Amino acid sequence: MPGRLSGTAAIAGVFEHPTRWAPDKTELGLVAECARGALADCGLAPRDVDGLATAGISMGPMGVVQVAEYLNLKPRWLDGTNIGGSSFVAHVSHAAAAIAAGLCEVALVVYGSTAASNAFAIGTGGTTGRDPAAAFVGPYGMTTVGSYALVARRHMERYGTTSRQLAEIAVAMRRHASLNPEAKMRRPITVDDVLESRMISEPLHLLDCCIISDGGGALVVTSAERARDLRRPPVLVLGCGEAVAHQELGAPDLLTIAAKQSGAQALAMAGVSHGDVDVCALYDSFTITVLATLENLGFCKPGEGGAFVEGGRIGLGGALPVNPDGGGLSSNHPGMRGIFLVIEATRQLRGACGARQVPGAQVALVHGTGGTLGVLHSGATLVLGRA
Amino acid sequence: MAAAPRRPAPAADWDSRAYWEGAARGELVLQRCRACGSVQHRPRALCGACLSSEIEHFAASGRGAVHTFTVTHQNQAPGFREACPYVLAYVDLEEGPRLLANLVDCEPADVRIGMPVRVAFAPTEGEFPAPVFRPA
Repeated sequence: MPGRLSGTAAIAGVFEHPTRWAPDKTELGLVAECARGALADCGLAPRDVDGLATAGISMGPMGVVQVAEYLNLKPRWLDGTNIGGSSFVAHVSHAAAAIAAGLCEVALVVYGSTAASNAFAIGTGGTTGRDPAAAFVGPYGMTTVGSYALVARRHMERYGTTSRQLAEIAVAMRRHASLNPEAKMRRPITVDDVLESRMISEPLHLLDCCIISDGGGALVVTSAERARDLRRPPVLVLGCGEAVAHQELGAPDLLTIAAKQSGAQALAMAGVSHGDVDVCALYDSFTITVLATLENLGFCKPGEGGAFVEGGRIGLGGALPVNPDGGGLSSNHPGMRGIFLVIEATRQLRGACGARQVPGAQVALVHGTGGTLGVLHSGATLVLGRA
Repeated sequence: MAAAPRRPAPAADWDSRAYWEGAARGELVLQRCRACGSVQHRPRALCGACLSSEIEHFAASGRGAVHTFTVTHQNQAPGFREACPYVLAYVDLEEGPRLLANLVDCEPADVRIGMPVRVAFAPTEGEFPAPVFRPA
């Protein structure tokens, strides 16, 4: 039976900024342009917004307050939750709960970043040893790619997963991006292209890693009731969940990621089974992220992820299309990607994605991973459905 | 031949001071709860299993086995850029906890999961050295 919150809130407006390179824009400028786009998408005005959520990689801890000023908004509900790239997926579930509780009626979720033009070394920038928690990482030169590579190597050792299988994920995302006019990397690639690309942190090659872009996005979340009167077909929030995975007392199972807990909760709340899911939007920071997420969400058993992604299963036309927009591996990854997962899932459920549309998509599963998979990360899942 | 990394100084605080001071003595220091017996890493003010404050420190054997590893070929951070390729690994300690560290004194191509290793201590840019591992 669906949970109490299921279907009470809807995503009414979305906007993905078309830019992937914006040296002439600021972070807040991008945020504001995205907010304007999402409000225009659903036909609401700034005066209708009474809830605001954001997170960022360069805005300070009071970022949500700064965004309110920049947009000249006076919201009565604020969410500055920052749990990494998954933050915006979590903002949607927080907004749904706030709307159901009457704390706000129209929540704007926004993100913007100039990660690429500011030359942030997101994946291979290393960590500092200055703060006490980082002291256990900083002296060893761990990069973000490196933390995911530790998980990939463990998966290979335990289950015989191959680099070719991981490469299939990158190939599928690039094929999807070739159908998305706004994607940053659109030239199709082969498994051999991935394997022959430069090694970054074994076993992950350059093409196993997401791109770095500038960009931004925004969502308008409101009650299902109000969404029915707006410009676009509402997309209902059917289920949600959040989780963390960390070092526990010192020896966690690296292959059990946060998605296991958050995904189970979201599916149960939605009253939806795996077979009902028509399309997935999964955080693809690295190819291994997708494989581990599919296993932990329960689309296949632990260890079967390598075989699962073979043969075009996660490509358009396959049994479970993942990231029809091309994902972070090929379309858009300005530092934090969670908001784009929700945007693409919503666009797919509206049925207006043109060449990359999953025909007749009724139910979408969104999962964001934030942080470093092998060390400390968060997960946030949404199940979305057509009204 | 890659250069030795220049390791940023680890910052010790009240939770981790015993760990880093142990490293300076050549000991790998872990925490054990006097109330429930749990061994934990990273260090905390209380037991992560039972929340008791009765925490004691002890020197681990320094022996362990590689749980997983990655050979890092690209790190733009100064101090590590010149040290590529180097091996980052999780090491399962005999006492239970798993430590993130580098494997040193071995060819990256020779590293295997399950390989027995032993702790060593590498200098950092600060007063405390950092535990690393070499083939046992």
